[in-house]
Amino acid sequence: MALASLGRNPALAVGLALLGLIIVVAIAGPVLLNQGHARVGAFPPGLRPSGGHLFGTDTQGRDIFAVVTLATPETLKVGLIAGSVGLSIGTLLGLVSGYFGGAIDTVIRTAADVMTTIPGIAVLVLVATFIQKMTVELMALIIASLAWIYPTRAIRAQTLSLRERAYVQIAKLNGVGGLELVVREILPNLLPYLAASFVAAVSNALIATIGLEALGLGPQNSFTLGMMIYWGQFYGAILRGMWWWWGPPIALILIIFVSLLLTSAGLDQVVNTRIRRAA
Amino acid sequence: MTGPVLSVEALRVAYHTPAGAVRAVDGVSFSLREGERFGLAGESGSGKSTTALALMRLIKAPGRIEGGRVLLGDTDLLALTDREMRRVRFAQISLVPQGAMNSLNPVLRIRDQLADTIAAHDTRVSGGDLDTRIGGLLEAVGLDRDVMWMHPHELSGGMKQRVCIAMAISLRPKVIVADEPTSALDVVVQRQVIETLGAAQRRLGASIILVGHDVGLMARFVDRIGVMYAGRLVEVGPVGDVIADPLHPYTQLLIASVPDLESKGVFKGISGLTPSLLSPPPGCPFHPRCPKVFERCPVDEPALREVKPGRWVSCHLY
Amino acid sequence: MTLEYVVRRFALLVVVLLLAVTVNFIIPRLTPGDPIEQKLSQLVATSGGQVGDITAMVQAYRARFGLDQPLLRQYVNYWVALMHLDLGFSLDNFPERVADAIAAALPWTVGLLGLSTLIAFGIGSILGGLLAWPGTPRGARVAIPVFMLLSAVPYFLLGIVLVFLLAIKLKLFPAGGGYPFGVILRFDLASITGIIHHAALPALSIILAGIGAWALAMRGMIISVLGEDYITLAEAKGLPERRIFVWYGLRNALLPQVTTLALTLGHVVSGAILVEVIFSYPGIGFKLYQAILAKDYFMIQGIVLLLIVSIALTMFLLDLVYPLIDPRIVYRRR
Repeated sequence: MALASLGRNPALAVGLALLGLIIVVAIAGPVLLNQGHARVGAFPPGLRPSGGHLFGTDTQGRDIFAVVTLATPETLKVGLIAGSVGLSIGTLLGLVSGYFGGAIDTVIRTAADVMTTIPGIAVLVLVATFIQKMTVELMALIIASLAWIYPTRAIRAQTLSLRERAYVQIAKLNGVGGLELVVREILPNLLPYLAASFVAAVSNALIATIGLEALGLGPQNSFTLGMMIYWGQFYGAILRGMWWWWGPPIALILIIFVSLLLTSAGLDQVVNTRIRRAA
Repeated sequence: MTGPVLSVEALRVAYHTPAGAVRAVDGVSFSLREGERFGLAGESGSGKSTTALALMRLIKAPGRIEGGRVLLGDTDLLALTDREMRRVRFAQISLVPQGAMNSLNPVLRIRDQLADTIAAHDTRVSGGDLDTRIGGLLEAVGLDRDVMWMHPHELSGGMKQRVCIAMAISLRPKVIVADEPTSALDVVVQRQVIETLGAAQRRLGASIILVGHDVGLMARFVDRIGVMYAGRLVEVGPVGDVIADPLHPYTQLLIASVPDLESKGVFKGISGLTPSLLSPPPGCPFHPRCPKVFERCPVDEPALREVKPGRWVSCHLY
Repeated sequence: MTLEYVVRRFALLVVVLLLAVTVNFIIPRLTPGDPIEQKLSQLVATSGGQVGDITAMVQAYRARFGLDQPLLRQYVNYWVALMHLDLGFSLDNFPERVADAIAAALPWTVGLLGLSTLIAFGIGSILGGLLAWPGTPRGARVAIPVFMLLSAVPYFLLGIVLVFLLAIKLKLFPAGGGYPFGVILRFDLASITGIIHHAALPALSIILAGIGAWALAMRGMIISVLGEDYITLAEAKGLPERRIFVWYGLRNALLPQVTTLALTLGHVVSGAILVEVIFSYPGIGFKLYQAILAKDYFMIQGIVLLLIVSIALTMFLLDLVYPLIDPRIVYRRR
């Protein structure tokens, strides 16, 4: 039955399929790869794409195909960690704020309001500048520190509306207590919204991390898609017309974002169907 | 003019959902005389609102008018082109909508919303005349002239509904369709609005179809009443007669369920649930809940017949 | 609009500003190591270091920048300086003042991004409106997935592609800079055309990437508005299709769109950064990039503060103006 409903939701089906493909490649790639190809000086620098080197080499003799294969999982890692942490915190705050209301709601809501006014990129730049040794995990944490804002508001809004639904009121009358009510009645009905928020959180986290990395604030010693673009810019790959250096990471970023977008559009459709059924 | 001003014949409307066709209106026929007030009563899902909208050809996908005729005078409204129908709307037959709260455009002033109605049908009217005319319309429904300069959000529910009434009479139509005009209002305002509606209608000499579920309200307002169930008319007749002596078992239960201010007793509901319009029960749609059901009921569909002068019922008991 | 509303919004603004300035003050001081010392060491190292002991130099500079005072004193000094719009000196280009550098770069950013965003909004909204107009042929629907694709692309990436195609390969546009190299800017035709020529590609990447999103947003808004009850009554009134679409549909959809536009414009400077980096466009973003490369902490702090303040102010102004133009919001506040 789930497959049938996927059939009616092409956006979700294609999006999830693409995502799945990317994840499989990201996990399998580095394992199947000869990691030595990604070392400095492994090959002659500046080679154009050819049979031996699918994406050519960069100005330091690294095989770009190898670098991209290693970079993709790292970038995905940041997105997933930041997205998950952001969503978890956001869901917790949103549920608590929406369900219990009162003073705690005011506090959380004001905090979220203040944080939305502050441009994320400004804070991220500031923090990232002053960190001496940036790593992929650290990057994820920094971005996660801002990733909870949007999910908190979204989940809070949903909780507020679900709280008034009949089945919640009935459970309350049956004596079901606060926390148990939240977990058993509200949470399961939040699932599609949680999924949609997760996709959005990962998407935003990826934009933030790629942006920061492209500016040069990323982990200098790791391969990520954003850093590839940074190094490309740094070594003048754009001006020298070395499209095989910045092309592959951009293409991969594009594929990742398109699949996230499709999934999010598909989830929107699921949410809307629910609204129609509930109405 | 001796013939009926509006004649509905075998109207059918269906909603096409992925699960199948839902027969919202299944062969409804009735007629309306000049100056007459006709009430269309029924529970939610009985098809009364759909019927009202169908008369003005406002049914949108996935709904579709499947068949029948709607004769306004000699013209079949269902056979007109879109452009011709647009000219008929509000000029010959108008609508007082259900939720006035949301039926007025929030960004336009009242004056402009009344003006564009008039201008859409009669381009010769000029600005100054328009204002005078609109002022007159507002006063006719008991509102101050200055209301025309306001925006909808500045008005109360009752005032908004009266603006809708003013719009509905602005082009002097022959028929006014009022779709539950008072449902969203509190009781006191309800009375005022319905009186305004009645007065406006009398002055115009128009006929009115009042759609609703409040039988008590209808009792005081309409001349004849039609009771709908599962997309069909089950009983039609003068309102006093129908209430005093209901013929169809559903009507009987309906009347009995209206609480009486005077006597005390147990609330009497109607047991069972309304049937699925996707796959209605065979024969008479009411038979699963009918206290007077017998062998013929699940087999044959009863037709609406005149069993006494002016009294129409669709039931095998007669 | 009540006084309570204005006061509440103003209080929010004050809280944000306080927070921003304090955070801006604290973070650099949290890191181990002294930016001055680091900077000087770096300068010494890169210039073939002949200075023996830089400690004295470091002391002198610390005193100069007031970094040898107790923390609270420094905080107060910071606020005092801010009131005078003094953001300190640039570590990289001393004795250039941060405030001056920002003032020179700001018009380029605001001009480029402001204009590009407005153009993207205009074209995108018109396209979105056309897509939602019932009279549009069904074939035009193919634009929807195209727009979805466009809106998924971060626009600095689009910039890279454009530079490569149109500047390097086809040599139609310059690959970077804000004005032709070596030209002294005057208010004459040559300067103006030079500026436009250089702004074309960055503007194009912003516009192209933005059109998709605006078109889809407008279309979505119109579709949801068209589902409202007042549209049904408008049709019942027999109004012509065009009037319903424009005055009952579009007019109601436009207001939320304009809010989003105002918000986006407020974030203009934040979005600038990467585009300017790709095109070496002499705006705030590029200045920030250079500051990061050179570890010019004061410049970075100054620019970040500017970003936060500008957005906070914009949102505050927006909160004040919006109730005046949307009659519905006033109602809700009653």
